[in-house]
Amino acid sequence: MKNKVYPRYFMLGALILYITFVVLPGFMGIAYSFTDWNSYSSEVNFIGFDNFRTIFSNGENYLRFIFNTLSFSVWTITLKTIIALFLAVLLNYGVHRFAHLYRTIIYLPVVLPTIAVGLIFRSILNPRSGILNEFFRSVGLGALALPWLVDPKIAMASIIGVDTWKGVGYIMVILLAGLQTIPKDYYEAADIDGASSVARFWYITLPLLVPALTVVTVLNLLYGLRVFDIVYVLTGGGPGYATDVVSTVVLDEFSKGRYGVGTALSTVMFVFMTVVGFFIVRRLTRDPVEA
Amino acid sequence: MGVALPTSLHFENFITVVERGKLVQSFANSLLYATGATLLSTIMAALAAYVLSRNRTPLNRFIYFFIVMGIAMPLNFFTLTKVMQVTHLINTQLGMIILYAATQIPFNVFLIYGFVDAIPRELDEAAIIDGCSPVRLFVSIIFPLLTPVIVTAGLLSFVGIWSDFLLPLYYLNNSAYWPMTLAVYNFFGQFQQDWNLVSADIVLTVLPVLVIYLLGQRFILSGLTSGAVKG
Repeated sequence: MKNKVYPRYFMLGALILYITFVVLPGFMGIAYSFTDWNSYSSEVNFIGFDNFRTIFSNGENYLRFIFNTLSFSVWTITLKTIIALFLAVLLNYGVHRFAHLYRTIIYLPVVLPTIAVGLIFRSILNPRSGILNEFFRSVGLGALALPWLVDPKIAMASIIGVDTWKGVGYIMVILLAGLQTIPKDYYEAADIDGASSVARFWYITLPLLVPALTVVTVLNLLYGLRVFDIVYVLTGGGPGYATDVVSTVVLDEFSKGRYGVGTALSTVMFVFMTVVGFFIVRRLTRDPVEA
Repeated sequence: MGVALPTSLHFENFITVVERGKLVQSFANSLLYATGATLLSTIMAALAAYVLSRNRTPLNRFIYFFIVMGIAMPLNFFTLTKVMQVTHLINTQLGMIILYAATQIPFNVFLIYGFVDAIPRELDEAAIIDGCSPVRLFVSIIFPLLTPVIVTAGLLSFVGIWSDFLLPLYYLNNSAYWPMTLAVYNFFGQFQQDWNLVSADIVLTVLPVLVIYLLGQRFILSGLTSGAVKG
């Protein structure tokens, strides 16, 4: 009876779109990973694990990008969460007058097209003529005028910095909402018992914030593993291969026509992230009282 | 480029940029993709979320799970290319709309699913007793009540699609179909020295989504948190 009132065919549109363009390519990719698919010949031959060997053992360059992706993810998760938490606490417990305004301003960079933000920072961080270094030189701090995006050792850090700036608002908004679910009574009780602010934060705020922190970490991780726009526009993966991440390498393989290798790499990501997604969604949908 | 403030304002830069950077065309494209995909995706997601939420059979719970996992799934651009070729959607505007819509489905379903519970089932029952068909029930009663969450999902989708750079990079070779993100990047490639022009281009690229954000930020910010925190 319920199947008639809530007919399954309502789902068809969503399912067809989703399966055709997201799920199907992902699984097709698994098969193609084991072939020498490329843009030069129309033959596709089975080559076993060769593509995976190429990815994981072909010299230092190939592992660099995996390291970069993980490093980027870990750093942005940590920085964004800490800064966002600080800001959220400030907005929720400190400033009250213009809290909404500050929230809007802090979240603003999140909606701006990454390409646009990236181009601006690319200019700002230009070692010779960029505003940042010019500013440092003009106030006598010339030593701080570093080759931000040009030096292989600093470039990744610069990218992490820009991305943190752009993304912290998103995390803050979620943590702010999490903070608002903490009942004031707990704090009052703590005050009565004479707890310090540090103790309040450590024993009340933080534990009750765990669900929100979990969500935030997951979102950050999913973003970090897939990051593309900001890296591509700031450095294009360079100098050399210094700031390559998985997504830029995939694009590179795509442009070179090495579809087999590219698909293999994409498949590794697909499998890894789908497994992560599986556990997350299971956790999310386990509650009998669902959102 | 020094740190000093500019000495004169050249508003004609914007006109130059609009002409040379083909901004009218790319603006129209961005608008087309974002609006089209948002409409398609929110309606499809609402339909799916509605029946999945109301009728929680084991199969439907599995389907919901399956769809929401899509939030974590990355796209495989290689095989997706094949799919786009087979469906003749590659390098077309319609293709972009459909593709974008597909990528928004998981998150929109997730968002709307939670909200459906807020609509009392008694309304459904009353409508059925009055002889309402399932379609009419959804269109006339449920959908209007879902408006807040659909607006939220729509705004989030719109803003995300507008800013997207990767999909057109892979699938739109025809520059006439490029959205503003690709156009501004290309413009930068051509006019790197003329930073004043590039800046104007960037401002124009950012402006629409900025306006949408300022108008709809209440919805955007509330939608994010309801989906994320209550989990």
